[in-house]
Amino acid sequence: MCVCNVLKHEVTFIVVPNDCIDALVCLGWKSFPLFPGLKLPWTSELQCLRRWEAGLCSPSRDFHRQLATEVTATSRHYVDRLFDPDPQNVLQGVIDMKNAVIGNNKQKANLIVLGAVPRLLYLLQQSSSSLELRTECAVVLGSLAMGTENNIKSLVDCHIIPALLQGLLCSDLIFIEACLRCLRTIFISPVTPVQLLYTDPTVIPHIMSLLSRSQHTQEYITQIFAHCCKTPEHQMVLFNHGAIQNIAPLLISPSYKVRMQALKCFSVLAYENAQVSMTLVNVLVDGEQLSQVFARMMQRDKPIEMQLTAAKCLTYMCRAGAIRTDDNCIILKTLPCLVRMCSKERLLEERVEGAETLAFLMEPDIELQRIASVTDHLVSMLADYFKYPSSVSAITDIKRLDHDLKHAHELRQAAFKLYASLGSNDEDIRKKITETENMMDRIVSGLSESSIKVRLAAVRCLHSLSRSVQQLRTSFHDHAVWKPLMKLLQNAPDEVLVMASSTLCNLLLEFSPSKEPILESGVIELLCSLTQSDSPALRVNGIWALMNMAFQADQKVKVEIVRALGTEQLFRLLSDPDTNVLMKTLGLLRNLLSTRPHIDQIMSSHGKQIMQAVTLILEGEHSIEVKEQTLCILANIADGNTAKELIMTNDDMLQKIKYYMGHSNVKLQLAATFCISNLIWNEEDGSQERQDKLREMGFVDILHKLTQASDPSLCDRAKTAMQQYLA
Amino acid sequence: TNPRLCLTAPIEFGVGHVVDGTSLVSAVCTAQGFVFNYSTHTSLLSADISALLLLTGDPAFNYQEHELNERLKRLYPAVNEEETPLPRSWSPKDKYSYIGLSQNNLRVHYKGHGKNHKDAASVRATHPIPAACGIYYFEVKIVSKGRDGYMGIGLSAQGVNMNRLPGWDKHSYGYHGDDGHSFCSSGTGQPYGPTFTTGDVIGCCVNLINNTCFYTKNGHSLGVAFTDLPPNLYPTVGLQTPGEIVDANFGQQPFVFDIEDYMSEWRAKIHSMIARFPIGERLGDWQSVLQNMVSSYLVHHGYCATAMAFSRATETMIQEDQTSIKNRQRIQKLVLAGRVGEAIDATQQLYPGLLEHNPNLLFMLKCRQFVEMVNGTDSEVRCFSVHSPKSQDSYPGSPNLSPRHGATNAHVHNTGNTDTLHTNIFEYAMHASKAKHIKLNLFTNVVYLHSPETSSAVDCVFWCVDSDSEMEIEAEHYSNGVTESSTRIMNGTYKHQEILQADDSSVDDSCSSRQLCGGNQAATERMIQFGRELQALSEQLCRQYGKNATHKKMLQDAFSLLAYSDPWNCPVGQQLDPMQREAICSALNSAILESQNLPKQPPLMLALGQATECVQLMARVRSGSCSFARVDNFLH
Repeated sequence: MCVCNVLKHEVTFIVVPNDCIDALVCLGWKSFPLFPGLKLPWTSELQCLRRWEAGLCSPSRDFHRQLATEVTATSRHYVDRLFDPDPQNVLQGVIDMKNAVIGNNKQKANLIVLGAVPRLLYLLQQSSSSLELRTECAVVLGSLAMGTENNIKSLVDCHIIPALLQGLLCSDLIFIEACLRCLRTIFISPVTPVQLLYTDPTVIPHIMSLLSRSQHTQEYITQIFAHCCKTPEHQMVLFNHGAIQNIAPLLISPSYKVRMQALKCFSVLAYENAQVSMTLVNVLVDGEQLSQVFARMMQRDKPIEMQLTAAKCLTYMCRAGAIRTDDNCIILKTLPCLVRMCSKERLLEERVEGAETLAFLMEPDIELQRIASVTDHLVSMLADYFKYPSSVSAITDIKRLDHDLKHAHELRQAAFKLYASLGSNDEDIRKKITETENMMDRIVSGLSESSIKVRLAAVRCLHSLSRSVQQLRTSFHDHAVWKPLMKLLQNAPDEVLVMASSTLCNLLLEFSPSKEPILESGVIELLCSLTQSDSPALRVNGIWALMNMAFQADQKVKVEIVRALGTEQLFRLLSDPDTNVLMKTLGLLRNLLSTRPHIDQIMSSHGKQIMQAVTLILEGEHSIEVKEQTLCILANIADGNTAKELIMTNDDMLQKIKYYMGHSNVKLQLAATFCISNLIWNEEDGSQERQDKLREMGFVDILHKLTQASDPSLCDRAKTAMQQYLA
Repeated sequence: TNPRLCLTAPIEFGVGHVVDGTSLVSAVCTAQGFVFNYSTHTSLLSADISALLLLTGDPAFNYQEHELNERLKRLYPAVNEEETPLPRSWSPKDKYSYIGLSQNNLRVHYKGHGKNHKDAASVRATHPIPAACGIYYFEVKIVSKGRDGYMGIGLSAQGVNMNRLPGWDKHSYGYHGDDGHSFCSSGTGQPYGPTFTTGDVIGCCVNLINNTCFYTKNGHSLGVAFTDLPPNLYPTVGLQTPGEIVDANFGQQPFVFDIEDYMSEWRAKIHSMIARFPIGERLGDWQSVLQNMVSSYLVHHGYCATAMAFSRATETMIQEDQTSIKNRQRIQKLVLAGRVGEAIDATQQLYPGLLEHNPNLLFMLKCRQFVEMVNGTDSEVRCFSVHSPKSQDSYPGSPNLSPRHGATNAHVHNTGNTDTLHTNIFEYAMHASKAKHIKLNLFTNVVYLHSPETSSAVDCVFWCVDSDSEMEIEAEHYSNGVTESSTRIMNGTYKHQEILQADDSSVDDSCSSRQLCGGNQAATERMIQFGRELQALSEQLCRQYGKNATHKKMLQDAFSLLAYSDPWNCPVGQQLDPMQREAICSALNSAILESQNLPKQPPLMLALGQATECVQLMARVRSGSCSFARVDNFLH
């Protein structure tokens, strides 16, 4: 990335390590779905349950077929018995139904089609029903929920959730547990709208109060919370109803399941939530700080799931600013734990989650990036993420191939994300990444993958690496990364566009060998259209790329930029509410207005508008940086042959320059002095008259005063200017 | 170097370890601190070194030594240091001349020219890494990188050229600071990790389970560096340019890297491997084997009812018939209740000829019987207790008596010569209790007057007690009476519950009263008589079978009890602990079973012993997983 620095009329660009981009990157990251609740593990858990159920009932194909015919015949009978006038028969009917549906998806579907659900719900809600019957109903409904996603949909459509939530008000523990178990099964399904948990404001406090009832209620409730906390609003609802105080003691529950679900709750509660995170660090469990409890859960002999989730909790607390990045529990525990999760020994899901969490943890901190880059060969370990499905799995094992295929995209995007995070600050790490086997090829093919997630991650990785001057000069050019990048810029969703255009900015830097081919591919129109986007990030990137492109460019390119952008759009951007956009637009102007012939040419056609814009900005409420940049433009104008006159004939402008020469800020004084120095430069036509006029206006006195300035560069410049008079 | 302190004379320690004249121990003070050069036998163990240092008085070093021992014990519990000592410092003998050692041989500095790689120099640790460590770890802190920082940290086998950096030669492995490369028995390195320099702490971990090695830098694992490592590697460091100084930490300090966490992962892995060991189709076989093991264990120990219940539940067969089990159970209970005399009688009655064929066992039993007489639990002394109502009357309300030796002292004032001598014996005994296991020969001189013929002090003491009537009377005073239950037992019924009851009460008694032979005079006399018989038996056995050191020791220990005013609280008082009955009980049980042609050890115990042996064997054949598969881990 570049900033401009004025040296007479020459504008130089310095590559600055990313600080200025960080804000942007953050934007990009935030819009990315890294939210833990949205991810895979729980679906796979569900699949596991299903497999278990299926395994229970279908030992062979024949058995299955035989079952299918029986099912249709008997299902009707089961439903009919629910309507028996004798409550004792109804109870027996429900119990038989319970035994019939266990692990039998076909039977479940039949019963739902035959309308068993509304009747079961009716019996469950009826206060005249015996407690035993109501409990059995809840159990059967829970079993139905264990079936396919369609089953869940049907149950939800029958308003099962409010009915079960109502059931929780009963005092009988066995019944409450049956209801919670069913609710749990429904809420962990991806088809259930989580909002249903929050519709009635009395539900959460009541559920919270049930946490003390039994280990089962603890397990189900924490599991529900862990899956239903998906937005900051959800986090605040749970937080405000004392989730932390109520769940913290469960971290040392004797039941592993309870401990694990409680841990998951904390990971979703703390995610990008400073308030929760700040509260968490001060919580004591059995006299021990929560961060210590989490650190203990990351010990290497603990189950992987527990290590990973505890590491997530600490990561989120750290990112929310509740734990310092140099805290031992982050540097020596969380980071190594997450690196271990990326190792080949872990399951594919764990590796994905580990890599994503690690990327998130170290993204803002160069020290963590440096440590991670040398921990357990992480950089080369990640290369393995691209090897799925492996050629071995394809031949030998269809099941494994299926599994690998399913995770291949996830693995690739996670690896790209982690590479992006690793390489975002340190040049050595970037070098190490690009030197990893086939890295650039992988990025290039990643840019054109069908999965949007992979494309986004690949471009993010490319962007991170594009901050390296060396890589821009070498590997980026060798692999013609600009080609897929340009392709990506056509019709991509905004989040991809932001990253891709940001990368393009870097590729358009003056020393980048890719600059030429990109120019030839007609990028200007594209960038100009970006400046009209609603998204400030895209506008910045568009104008930024144009600015870079205009730097030391041919007259032809400059003219093309001005033409394509149009003066109207240019001036609209000068009044953009986003300071970043304004700064880059000024930068573009400055780059356009360099070398004398260019200055004169542009000023002759757009001089009036430009002078107007400059006046406006100098008069407006703007930051020092903006005004400095504007004064630099003025200095460039003052360097033109004919353009000079636009200033010399504008007394108002001269007064402004005079004002800024006496400003309290040295930078502004410097820029204004430059402007004057350009105006009175000797060897040029009419310099005598200009010198005279400015002397009359009192500039010499000011210059004289500035030669005594404490700032050495200001002092020098004033002296150089004074010499023009003496010569 | 200035010699600060030189100990050349043989030094004798209270404990009894003697550093002989050839072992020259010199403590030399160098510029950096203390260096101890030991030109001694290898038998000079670290314990002796620390004892030595107690004399020289360097508390910091003692503390460090203590820390080291504690940490090594915790990290490598499976290592038997007598067989395979752990590395504790760099070896002053196994190094190149350009290497200088200081600070207890933990600091290494380079003292060569350092012109080129021909000036490289290495040092190995004192011992190779024992396989029984399972996972071994040490750290090296870079104190100064010197001129170029050409430092190598790693491992090498015995005999590898020391004029080289670790990693350059066969059976040598190293990680080098200047380029961060790893060198695996080769002059060319592979890119491995970051470079390291002054202030960094580099750790080296050898996994002896899968024979790999990884390094750490400032507590962060850098990933596997070497695989397929050979056994018996020594921690090694090499330096190459002037000014390079590194400090080793073999466990003297806490490690920067959390090695225990890494070990816990492997422990969990090995445990789950054991737990998930595939048994395939043979599940049924395994189950019946296990059931038989449990059943035979119960039978062996005579848990008759439990064994029956178990066999009913599992439908297993019991080889031995029930009466036999019950007989054994009865005898065992008698022994465990401390009524050894009755146990001997019962054995002779039920298994005639058994003890005759087993004189050693008989002798052991008789010795125990003597101890139990002192304890007041054997029926031969218990029977007297009922005849001493006097004692109960005289001290009706005082179950807790004043210490016995206090009373003895009172006698000293008004009685004559013998008592003074007697007191002397007790004083010596007291002294002995402090010095622990001081040879009883000391007594011989003191009591010589009384027993010119005695060859062992124990006899003298015994004789003393015998001749001192004051003592006996005194003993009577304090007798607290023994329980009524003993009367019932004397009736000759051996009902299970009764025995247990009697046992309980007798334990209570011995705790509260703690009187020699239950405090009864007649009982004491009987005990003394029995002691003489025992002595005679010992002599007879000696004539018949030759000298037996074990017997002698047993007898000495048993008789020594009488040398103390409070036998329960004396250096040999442990004998009186009811726990001690278990060994003799199981020996008797085994002998009976053997005589019935049944296994003298239950298969369960055999399996346990086998497993324990296997684990020890694994350590010897360098299978590192033995460290995490310890039998104790599975016993609760």
